[in-house]
Amino acid sequence: MSQLFSKKNREVFSSPISMNNPVTVQVLGICSALAVTAKLEPAIVMGLSVTVITAFSNVVISLLRKTVPNRIRIIVQLVVVAALVTIVSEILKAFAYDVSVQLSVYVGLIITNCILMGRLEAFAMSNGPWESFLDGIGNGLGYAKILVIVAFFRELLGSGTLLNFRIIPQSFYDMGYMNNGLMLMPPMALIIVACIIWFQRSRNKDLQEK
Amino acid sequence: MKALRNYLDKIKPNFEEGGKLHAFRSVFDGFETFLFVPNSTSKSGTHIHDAIDSKRIMSIVVIALIPALLFGMYNVGYQHYALAGMEGTFWQLFGYGFLAVLPKIIVSYIVGLGIEFVVAQWKNEEIQEGFLVSGILIPMIVPVECPLWILAIATAFSVIFAKEIFGGTGMNVFNVALITRAFLFFAYPAKMSGDAVWVSHESICGLGGNPDVVTAATPLGIAATSGNVLPDSLSQFNWDAFWGFIPGSIGETSVVAIAIGAVLLLVTGIASWKTMLSVFVGGALTAWLFNVAGPDTAVAHLPWYNHLIMGGFCFGAVFMATDPVTSARTETGKYIYGFLIGAIAIVIRVLNPGYPEGMMLAILLMNVFAPLIDYYVVQSNISKRMKRLNNK
Repeated sequence: MSQLFSKKNREVFSSPISMNNPVTVQVLGICSALAVTAKLEPAIVMGLSVTVITAFSNVVISLLRKTVPNRIRIIVQLVVVAALVTIVSEILKAFAYDVSVQLSVYVGLIITNCILMGRLEAFAMSNGPWESFLDGIGNGLGYAKILVIVAFFRELLGSGTLLNFRIIPQSFYDMGYMNNGLMLMPPMALIIVACIIWFQRSRNKDLQEK
Repeated sequence: MKALRNYLDKIKPNFEEGGKLHAFRSVFDGFETFLFVPNSTSKSGTHIHDAIDSKRIMSIVVIALIPALLFGMYNVGYQHYALAGMEGTFWQLFGYGFLAVLPKIIVSYIVGLGIEFVVAQWKNEEIQEGFLVSGILIPMIVPVECPLWILAIATAFSVIFAKEIFGGTGMNVFNVALITRAFLFFAYPAKMSGDAVWVSHESICGLGGNPDVVTAATPLGIAATSGNVLPDSLSQFNWDAFWGFIPGSIGETSVVAIAIGAVLLLVTGIASWKTMLSVFVGGALTAWLFNVAGPDTAVAHLPWYNHLIMGGFCFGAVFMATDPVTSARTETGKYIYGFLIGAIAIVIRVLNPGYPEGMMLAILLMNVFAPLIDYYVVQSNISKRMKRLNNK
């Protein structure tokens, strides 16, 4: 048991959430971060979907890593990811239809998410299933964290709501307050991601280039 | 002048290292160099200076903007009194406009300069003077009904994200004032376009009235919404648009006032006549092409000379396109850059029904391409000279 949560394994799990975040440090998976973060709810669902898919595809590829011939490994990885994405997509359609409509093609496009292929190639191909599972969960949550932060600001400032509950009271609107329409457009997601990167790098000296 | 210099010398020690007002060092520095040309010289290398530095350049641009600003104030009052159906003396009209425009200028300067001062102090740099011009440009390119709080947000956004992030004055890719306008345009479209924002409709300090009608469209707005038959007033040369008695953003309406500023900029050599001229040539040619063989819409039928005098075309051509930081720097590049700004502005006006005015987007788009244009101009020059060398 102690070996399962050794220092190294905890590191594998926690580093992608902060210091080695896939979105803000490696700058991967940006496209979907732009597309699904106009509202908080789809962002949370998207983050969880990616977490589940990354974790289980990591496990599967890690189990197969010694049997897959090197030359066709990308195709095998894609098949595994595609199967998992299809499962998640079907589950969303069955149990969270509204959100799956909002996410539209972006659930399917998880197949092409760079974070997934990156983790499979860089981690699962050379580590055991348990470590790979932790790595997948960690990277998925690191991605989800950024999505949720971005969606929080975009929904709050762009629609005045959070999870579709009205946060900014009507009296503000009566006084002349207006929702910021730019927040609902994809470019603003890039700017918010950039602000998060700015904040993170100004706090961590290790991340700054010399 | 002498007394001022002596006074500055007397209070200077307070702002130096260890002085009690050291926290305001950058503020003092900024004002001192604004009032007097600094007498420090470069210590190393060879430098060529002329008598003018960037603070003096900025001041001349601000002076060149004054005629358009004053006329804009008068026109704000004129449009308001016309909408309210009231008669007013010259001073009532001007006073009304002055009171409507002044808060915008103050807000824009306080927010923009405030951020500049904080950043300069924080990074331990000198105050940079770029905001002197942006601060007066911003209130001149917004509609008069634009609320102050969104103006403040937009100014803060553009100073931080269009300027400080790139390294401050002289490093920005985009024109700061236009980014402010673009932010407002996309974030708060209800306050930046349509027909209810161009004329102020409340009385200020007892001046003006409370008109029942609150809509007054700009000529371009009328052209964009009038199907495929152009109203008579727009199909001949529009003298109102030439003098500036039309609804529009505060400083952009009068061709005459802008022309006075343009002359000043050209005489002092601050703006490039190449850019300015080619914007007009590009716009006129494109608009003429649409006149001859365009789609059957009212905007396409708008005569080319009216295109040039309406909306923000003149203002953009004179004060925005010629911005030395964001425009092309090679001499040939200036022709290409200006021509494309004029052409794209008209294309957006005519072909995009959502945007009656295209000048802002055209200039911002060409800001992005300016370095590319320069690169190819330089490359072609290099290869030309290479050929000459090899043929010898």
